[in-house]
Order: sequence, then structure tokens, then C-alpha cells
Amino acid sequence: MKFGLVLEEMHRSENDLAHHLLVISERHKVDHEIYHLARDLARWSQQHVRDIADIAKNYGQDLDPEPRGEAGLMETIREKGSEMMGRRPETGMMLLRDLRELYLKACGVSADWELLAQAAQGMKDKNLLALAEKCHPQTIRQMKWANGKLKESATQILVS
Amino acid sequence: MARVDRIAEPWGTRTPYGTGGDWPVRVDTHLAEGVAPEDVDRWVQTASLLHSNGDAMDIAVKDHRIVGVRGRAVDRVNHGRLGPKDLYGWQANASPDRLTKPLIRESGKLVETDWDTAMQRIVDKSKALLAEQGASALGFYTTGQLFSEEYYTLGTLAHGGIGTNHVDGNTRLCTATAGEALKESFGCDGQPGSYTDVDHADVIALYGHNVAETQTVLWTRMLDRLAGPNPPKIICVDPRMTPVARAATVHLAPRPGTNVALMNGILHEIITNGWVDREYIEAHTVGYPELEKEVRNYPPALVAEICGVPAEQITEAAGIVGHAERLLSTVLQGFYQSNQATAAAVQVNNVNIIRGMLGKPGCGILQMNGQPTAENTRECGADGDLAAFRNWSNDAHIQDLARVWNIDPMSIPHYSPPTHVMQMMRYAEDGSIRMLWVSGTNPAVSLPELARIRGILEQDRLFLVVQDIFLSETAQLADVVLPAATWGEKTGTFTNADRTVHLAERAVDPPGEARPDLEIFIDYAHRMGLQDKDGRPLIKWHDPESAFEAWKECTRGRPCDYTGITYDKLRGGSGIQWPCNEENPDGTERIYADGKFWAHPEYCETYGRDLITGAPVDPTEYKALNPEGKAIIKAAEYMPPHELPSQDFPFQLITGRTLYQFHTRTKTGRTPELQAAAPDVWVELSADDAGAYGIAEGDLAEVETPRGAVRARVRISGIRNGVLFLPFHYGYWDTKGGHQPDGPGRAANELTITDWDAASKQPIFKTAAARITRISGGDGPSPAPTTTASAPAGEFAEGARTKGILSALADESMDAAGGAR
Repeated sequence: MKFGLVLEEMHRSENDLAHHLLVISERHKVDHEIYHLARDLARWSQQHVRDIADIAKNYGQDLDPEPRGEAGLMETIREKGSEMMGRRPETGMMLLRDLRELYLKACGVSADWELLAQAAQGMKDKNLLALAEKCHPQTIRQMKWANGKLKESATQILVS
Repeated sequence: MARVDRIAEPWGTRTPYGTGGDWPVRVDTHLAEGVAPEDVDRWVQTASLLHSNGDAMDIAVKDHRIVGVRGRAVDRVNHGRLGPKDLYGWQANASPDRLTKPLIRESGKLVETDWDTAMQRIVDKSKALLAEQGASALGFYTTGQLFSEEYYTLGTLAHGGIGTNHVDGNTRLCTATAGEALKESFGCDGQPGSYTDVDHADVIALYGHNVAETQTVLWTRMLDRLAGPNPPKIICVDPRMTPVARAATVHLAPRPGTNVALMNGILHEIITNGWVDREYIEAHTVGYPELEKEVRNYPPALVAEICGVPAEQITEAAGIVGHAERLLSTVLQGFYQSNQATAAAVQVNNVNIIRGMLGKPGCGILQMNGQPTAENTRECGADGDLAAFRNWSNDAHIQDLARVWNIDPMSIPHYSPPTHVMQMMRYAEDGSIRMLWVSGTNPAVSLPELARIRGILEQDRLFLVVQDIFLSETAQLADVVLPAATWGEKTGTFTNADRTVHLAERAVDPPGEARPDLEIFIDYAHRMGLQDKDGRPLIKWHDPESAFEAWKECTRGRPCDYTGITYDKLRGGSGIQWPCNEENPDGTERIYADGKFWAHPEYCETYGRDLITGAPVDPTEYKALNPEGKAIIKAAEYMPPHELPSQDFPFQLITGRTLYQFHTRTKTGRTPELQAAAPDVWVELSADDAGAYGIAEGDLAEVETPRGAVRARVRISGIRNGVLFLPFHYGYWDTKGGHQPDGPGRAANELTITDWDAASKQPIFKTAAARITRISGGDGPSPAPTTTASAPAGEFAEGARTKGILSALADESMDAAGGAR
């Protein structure tokens, strides 16, 4: 069964999404909504990582339940960098790039949840299906947030 | 006629009445020393501009000067009563330090100039920026205290003429969540409640709404019900021991930042016990199953832990609300300026919706306003919304607005939600907003994290225009200062929280060369050469009444329909509630009476937002969810605040308004009776915390957060353990610092965090982590009033009781105008 690979991929991509949200948060500390919201939304993905690791045991997979850690030093450097760069126009372009990447990553995770839900139905695994039903809407909200912020920020950044 | 010290007795004498009865008339009057009513030359009709209640009053004029005020017995809002701010605040108009000439910055200093020079400088800058960068370089930040006519003119010139999306009002700080919560639940702004619901309600639930201090006359109405037969039960949610809390049947004092958990707990009890109106839910709403599912996760025991409130109290409060026959719910800053503002306010709507408590006498929701004309910024499109509740993401609405203004729809920015003030500050910080026009507000004291705000406003690359009546902290940083006329010196209309429109007439001339805000905006539009698509001036009106007529046309067919109102109809009588049109010629007391809402996809003001992420809901998604335009029940999970107490900062800091001062004391600080009642900043903490830290009443303490420090005298009050309170009124204009601290700070916003609710974009002033340190002993009690939420926790000496100065005596008359209304 290839299903174990799906769980592994899911675990990796949620970890990656959480990490990217935290990096964006730190890199754009002076954009306060990005800073706070990205941290809030990273928590959703971190919880997904734990949930996936938990359910993966049923399929003989040993996945790390702890979401990928953050290097304290890098965090500080990114936040300081953001504060120093905060008054320069180039940060806007970086923000658009980061949000675009976030949107695509979240889209990917959303597709992964689709796959997982389909498999769960095929295997008649109610717990797995329930997990997908709990997590997938949050992934979609992460996606929409990235898309909304992209739309909201683009005009000012691109025409100023 | 009685003479009452209305500083010591802020709510005056009781006139009790029973359920469904008429609130008796009591006419309050305060005239200048030595002036008797018969000396007055003229009485000029107006309403209060120092809070949001909309108290109607007459200005006494003698020898071309304002010499006092008298409540209007005929008015539906106040039945003749006035609050302390109304009674005394008018005196600030005549302060010797009013701005009387325009100022421009020359070699770093503000110097007097004439109007032509000042306006030309603004116009030259505007045109240069438009040519070089375009409309994205210009931002407009206005107030919650201008008139509809002025907001509409500003909104029209900024959105339709300049074409900028950067337009907001300081209503963002006070009422953005009220508007957003109504939009989320009903698809459109507009209060489902009426103040007369107080006369009928058997339960009044006040959520983060210290009405006793923010709307003293509305509280007087509640006090009179409480003193009469069949008094209503009061539910109070507030971490402070406010006058409302003292009068409450149940007082819930949750940990700051946990309102959503608390509301979910109350909803959990209501739903679990089946205290819901199934028929109403079925016929008039969408989204109920999601709410049922979400609140299942919030049993009282868990909520008690999150909120730090006994589970029995949550159950008791839910039982009272759940058994109410006529439930009035009101909400204000305790929810709006806190973590998850919109989500929490929406849950209050949900309580009334699922109980079917809408549109009937005594059954209402009042998502309150903090300022008198907050509703008008929202209606007129001066806070970023489009005029007359048009939907920025509905192309048909944009085309319709373009028709009203006779311009190309492409000229109206609607590519994304309007820019809110905190985002505008960010754009000014990154250098992409290069001219900011601030009218009638004082961001250098009122926005969060003041050191950052000062840093932004002080930048050389930002051209700052300030239009005000005094040289405020913000005006001191400006490149051009325009002297404005104020209440009593200009004519216009404004609308209170229950949709009552009042006319405020000009009673006297403004001082020196000061001009009405309307004239200033029209002058700017003409000098800029703003035109419609036929080459005619974009702004086609020239005085308040013609501006009102233009505004009425814009509202035709929209929810806030003003077309049935005229200046003449407002004169002499009482305020009128919109919608007022051919079908409702006398106005409308209760909207949504028939379970019909303004939420149809083609008509609604917004498709809504995700309550947690703030992401706009897609039009197609909205249509699928709510094709028939029913009320929308939206659930939300609890998310903890972004800054939580730690070892270094063990307290939670909340800030707020108090009874005797308004905003940054621009007017109240220049009013002898009010200033004497609350002359300086104080910090409140509980007796337990004071004991633990060895702090005594009147000691000087320093309050710190990661952003700064403030020094204040300590008041040991009835506040919740672990929480500190600072009033937000005190800035620097009357200190040596001028626009900034000279030594330790005293503005509460030195400490607050730059963070806002994702849905309403309202800054969060009530959840910063803080610490407190005793600096030195005091020589008496703190300067905090004893009549309000800042009352001392225990017994206190008679001499320490807040009293008015000699001139604070005001008249109360119970038989004025024969009780006619």
C-alpha cells in the first residue's frame, strides 16, 4: 500500500507550511497583521503535524509528533532585520513573494488533504476521514488568508 | 427646580418608571455664572458631540456668545436629560488657545499664514504627488466628530476625486467592530435595537459596555427602570467593578482577551438547555448547525478555566439570558478593543438571533458607538466603507455610486478592502503614503505604541496636514495646520447608535479665521479642480443644506435611506430614525421587525470575512451560503491573545474611557468642572495585587510593557486580580513636553501593542502584558474619581469623595414642557 507515503508527505508538507508561516512572520515583523496572523495560523499546521503523527502509528509509520523546531538565533536575526529594513520600499516586493509562496504551499497541502480524504474513504477509516474533515478547512482558510493579503497588498506595493 | 452638583451626581435625580412606561421628562440646564434663563437671547437646537448617546439640547446664546445648554424635553433619546460632558463641555469652545489662523512650517517652525497660502501649499503637494506616484501617495484620516455633510464631502472627494483607497476615521478605534459585527450577522451595518428597548426589556446584558461612563444619559434611563416596578435583570461582563457591575444581577469579570470563550460558554448553555427559538432559526437564519457544533467544545467548566470566572456564574448568566422574554444586548469597547473583537461581538448577536429576540419592543441589539457621529463615518464612506453601505466587492454597487457622482466606475478604488488607519500608518512608515491629511483627531496620543507613531508622523518625507480646533500633539508635528470651526459654530446632522438623526445648528461664529470643515473640504476639491465626467465640479454643493440634499440622493434605496428627512423636519421636533423615506415618513424605530434582513447577495453591504483570519468571503461563496438574504450565524473558536503575561510582565493591562474626560481631553481638559474632577492619569489595581507588591493608594508607580513606561498615582479599586487599568485620555499638550513625554510618559498608549482584530481592523487596546513597580509614596489618594469604576475598593474618607467645583451646580426640572414629548 502506498498510503504510508501519503502520510509521510502530508507530515512533511504541513511541517513545511508551519515553518514558512513562522519565517514570514519574523521577516515581516513590522507588518503587524502578517506578524501576528502568520503565527496564529502556524499553530494550526503544527497541530496538524501532531495529529498526523498520531494517526500514522495505525499504519506503522513512525513520524515525529513535534513540529519542526525554530532556531532561536535565526528568528531574532530575521526580526531585527525586519525592523531595520521596515522603512525601505524593497520589503514590499519581498512580502508579495513570500505571500505568493505561502499561497502555493497551502494549495499543495490542501491537495494533500484531498488525497488523504479519498484514501480514508477507500479504506473506510472513519478516524482518518474525521481528521481530514477537521484539518482541511483550516488549510483552506490559510490559503484564503494568503490570497486575501496578496490581493490587499499588491496595489500599493506595485504602483507606489 | 433642583440645583444638583452633577460632578458628584453624574446621573442626577431618579425618575422611576415601570415596564413599558414612558420615561419621565427631566430637563437639565447649565448656564454660565450670573446668566438667568430670561437673559438668554436665543436657544439654538443641537445634540451632544462629546459621546455617542445623541442627547438633544439647545445652546443658550447671549451677546453672540455661548452661555450654556439645556436638554430638549421633546427628544426621544434623552427626554431632556444631559450628562456631565454635555452640561459643562461647551465652555471649551471659548478657550483662549483656539486656533484662529492657518499655520505652515517654515524652517522647522509653525508660523501663522493666510488661508490662500496654506491651501496652496496643500494643493501643490497633492498635485505633485498625484503626478509622480498617483493616488496611492495620499491618505485621509478623519474623526468620529464631524457631521454627515462633511464626511460625505470628504468621502466623495477622496474616493471619487483623488481616487485613493486610503480613507479612514478614528471610528476605527471605537466602533469599527460594531459595524463589522453587524455586517457579519446581518449582511449590513445598522442597529437592530432602539433606546426605547430599555423601557421594555426584562433582561439587559451589557458586554464590555460601561454605559454609566460612556453614555451617562442612557444609564440614567436604565437606573430609572431599576428604581421602578419590575426592574430588569442586568448582566454585566467587565473586569472592572463599574457602576453597571454594582447594579448587576450577575457580574462576570473575565480575564482580558477571553471574551469569545465566555460567549461560547453562554451559547453552549443556551443551546444545550434548548432555550432557543427553533422556528425563528429555521425561518430566518443560516449557519446554525456550525454554531451548535462549535459551542459543544465550550462546557462551563472549561470556560471557567480559560476566563477565570466561576462556572456557576456562567451557568447563572446563561440561565437569565436564556429565560429572558425581552432581551436587550449591548456591546462596547470591552469587546471591541480586545482580542477577537469581531468574533466576540458576533457571538452576542448570535444570542439574540437564536433566541428570536429581534425587532420587538425590548428585544434588541445595540452594537454601540463610542463617538457621536461614528455611525456617520460608516454611512458616508469616510472610514473606508463606500457611501450609503455600498458593497466594494459588488460591481453593480460601484456602478451605481459612479452614477450618483457622475464619474467613471474605474475612478472609484475598489480593488481591495479600504485601507484602515493602522495600515495607513504602515504605508507612511514604508514611505508609500507621502501625504496624510488628519482632520479632527489626534493619532499622536490615540493610536497604539506612541513612540512608533511619533516616529512615523515626524518623518521629513511625510507631508502632514492637520485640521483641528486646538494645537494638539499631532498638530504640533504638522507641515500645515488648518483652524477649524466646531460644534455650535457650524451646521450639520449626525446619527447616534440607535439610528436617530439630529440637526446641530450654528449658534455663534467661529473664532478668528477658523472655518467649518465642510468649507475646507469643498475649497480643497475646487482648488484641486476635481471634476465629474462632464467636466463639472465633482462637489456640486456649497453649504450644509445642499450637502445634506446631495447625501440624501446617495442614500436613496439603500438601508440608511435619508430621503424622507429634511432640515426643516428636524427643526423644532425630535430626532428621526433612519430609514426615513416615502414608506416610512416618520422614520423607523425597529429594523428587522419581520425577520427580513438587508443581507440579500445583490443588496448586502458586504459578503463578510473569516472571523479569525479576516480574509474576505468570496461573492460566490456568499451566494451559496445565503441566497435568500437571511441572518447569518457565524461560529468562532477561541484563540488566545497575542501577548500573554510572563514572568517579566505578569499583569494584563487594559485602557479605557472614563466619565469626565473625552478622547485626548481636547475639550474636556479645557472645561474647569470636568478637568477638576479627573485632573491627571492614574493606574488601578486590585487590593490583593497592591498587597502583594507593597503598593498603597496614592503611591507613584511605573507601569511598563515591552514598548514603554508610564508613571501614575495608584488607585486601589475593584478591578480583577492580575489586571491593571489606565485611562487613555492623558497626553502632553498641557505639559512641558508639548507633543511627547518630558521625562516619564503619561499617555496610556505608550504601552499598548500594535495589533488589531483581523476582521474589523480595530486596534487592540486591552490585552498588553505589563508590570508595575512602586516608585515613591504619595501624599493622599490618587486623582482618580470616586464616583465611577475607579471608586476605591474599600471605605474611604468623606473628604476624598469626588465633588464639583462651585460652578458645577446645574438645574433639574421635572415639570418642564409639561412632560410633552
